[in-house]
Amino acid sequence: MKTSLLPTIAHRLAILAYVIFALFPLYWLFKVSLTPNDLLYSEGVRMWPSRTTWEHYSFVLQHSAFPTFFKNSLIVSGSTAIIVTICASLSGYALSRFNFRAKYWIVGLMLLTQMFPLVMLVAPIFKILTPLGLTNSLTGLIVVYTAFNVPFATFLMQSFFDGIPKDLEEAAMIDGATKFTAFREIILPLTLPGIAATLGFVFTAAWSELLFALMLINGNNAATFPVGLLTFVSKFSVDFGQMMAAGVLALIPAALFFLLIQRYLVQGLTAGAVKG
Amino acid sequence: MTMTADVYDRRQDRRPWQKRLADASEPYLYSAPALILIIVVMLVPLVVGISYAFRDIQLLNPFSGGFIGLEHFETLSKDKAFYVALKNTLWWTGASVFLQFTFGLILALLLDKPFVGRGLVQALVFLPWAVPSFLAGLNWAWLFNPVIGPIPHWLFDLGLMSQPGNILSDPQYAMWGPIIANVWWGIPFFAITLLAALQSIPRDLYEAASIDGASWFQRFWSITLPFLAPTIAITVLLRTVWISNFADLIVVMTGGGPADRTQIVASYIFTQAFKALDFGYASAIALVLLVLLLAYSMLIILLRQTLLNKG
Repeated sequence: MKTSLLPTIAHRLAILAYVIFALFPLYWLFKVSLTPNDLLYSEGVRMWPSRTTWEHYSFVLQHSAFPTFFKNSLIVSGSTAIIVTICASLSGYALSRFNFRAKYWIVGLMLLTQMFPLVMLVAPIFKILTPLGLTNSLTGLIVVYTAFNVPFATFLMQSFFDGIPKDLEEAAMIDGATKFTAFREIILPLTLPGIAATLGFVFTAAWSELLFALMLINGNNAATFPVGLLTFVSKFSVDFGQMMAAGVLALIPAALFFLLIQRYLVQGLTAGAVKG
Repeated sequence: MTMTADVYDRRQDRRPWQKRLADASEPYLYSAPALILIIVVMLVPLVVGISYAFRDIQLLNPFSGGFIGLEHFETLSKDKAFYVALKNTLWWTGASVFLQFTFGLILALLLDKPFVGRGLVQALVFLPWAVPSFLAGLNWAWLFNPVIGPIPHWLFDLGLMSQPGNILSDPQYAMWGPIIANVWWGIPFFAITLLAALQSIPRDLYEAASIDGASWFQRFWSITLPFLAPTIAITVLLRTVWISNFADLIVVMTGGGPADRTQIVASYIFTQAFKALDFGYASAIALVLLVLLLAYSMLIILLRQTLLNKG
């Protein structure tokens, strides 16, 4: 094929435009978090401040409830990711390897949960969790987030299991292993990329959930990041540097996780998308 | 064929009944934890929520809880704020899905061509998807802020604004704030799924078409688009449902204001439950939204089916 110069240049320019559009808001967040307070207004629209400072970060880490939010979010997102991945590996395996009567009902139920507005559950879940003492508690959030994330995680894990040849466990079973041993010893290790993708996907989803956290949590002690940052924003509504420093810190775990797993996630979606 | 195999199996089946029972229940045991969670935390509240729509449930009123029939729906039919929210939902969802899809498709087509550094570019342009939605909302609210954000100043410099003001508090343009944030945040989803679909199109089709002298546009129209159609239908369906329920950006950026100009149905439900603590009324609105979304989903699935049958 002949390559002419003009389309190539247009192609690269378009790519560059997308990269700038994707990264500019994050760049701006970082820039303001490093701008000293006295320059914030005078250099508001400059691309880079004439002096930089880390003082907003040290203030946020030492004098705000931020470390509590961070710890709470880490507990909630971490536990949710682990529990969901365990449940979804099991159910994904069932959907991938077995043909059973209720299979289509289960798939249908899981699809249904992706269709209806979750805001619809705000009121009943609040009413149900209150007498159980699960409002204002991290356990309550973990239970709710786990259930919300299990259906999609199941489909994701199923598509990874589908990619592993069946002969492997059949060979193991001929050697006398039970199906569960074959699953644990042979199939799971092969699905590690899928498990990583599911862990990362659920972790970021739980890390960003806002509405249920707002509804179920009240007060700083059990507040997760989104809720904490929102109260932080209304309380320190003039201190942009500190808010943005908190924002950058909130972004780091999710972004790191995503960069590590995005390859696997694209793989999983590819497998699913091809099946359509 | 499976039927005969089944019968054959059953005749040959000499396993003791305990073993047979264990084998038959195995898939159910694997799916049990997930199923129990979904039923207890999602399905039961869904049914309870539907029943709330016909009851008087106010959190602060201990005497509430009675069955009131269709009263909420009567109130709803006269609720001006609801109609405004419905109109805003259409606008918010339509504009967000259209722009996310258009730019996502262009990005996927750009990334489908091999070039140096493609892996890195892919990771960078997909990054917005990893940004927690509340943070994306705050981030864009700050970009629109006239004190520390560049956007009002750029618009002022371009002569599009008489002075650097806040778009988010301008009744006429406020909705564009959350929409732009949503487009930024959602392009990667379309780009990822469409890129996956593009890469499954057999390359020789394009070569054959180029030999026949088809132009880029002809190839796109008669090869790429038909191949992408099923993926497009399913992703547009899913995104439409998700985005019309997606209140985070609006709650964070404008809180539904100014004067309800950015209030969508999802954020209105949340406001009724969270601020007014009127759970009954909130559930009634949610039920209407659910019915509308189901009707929409049915329509798209039918459309997809006809497209598939034609192809």
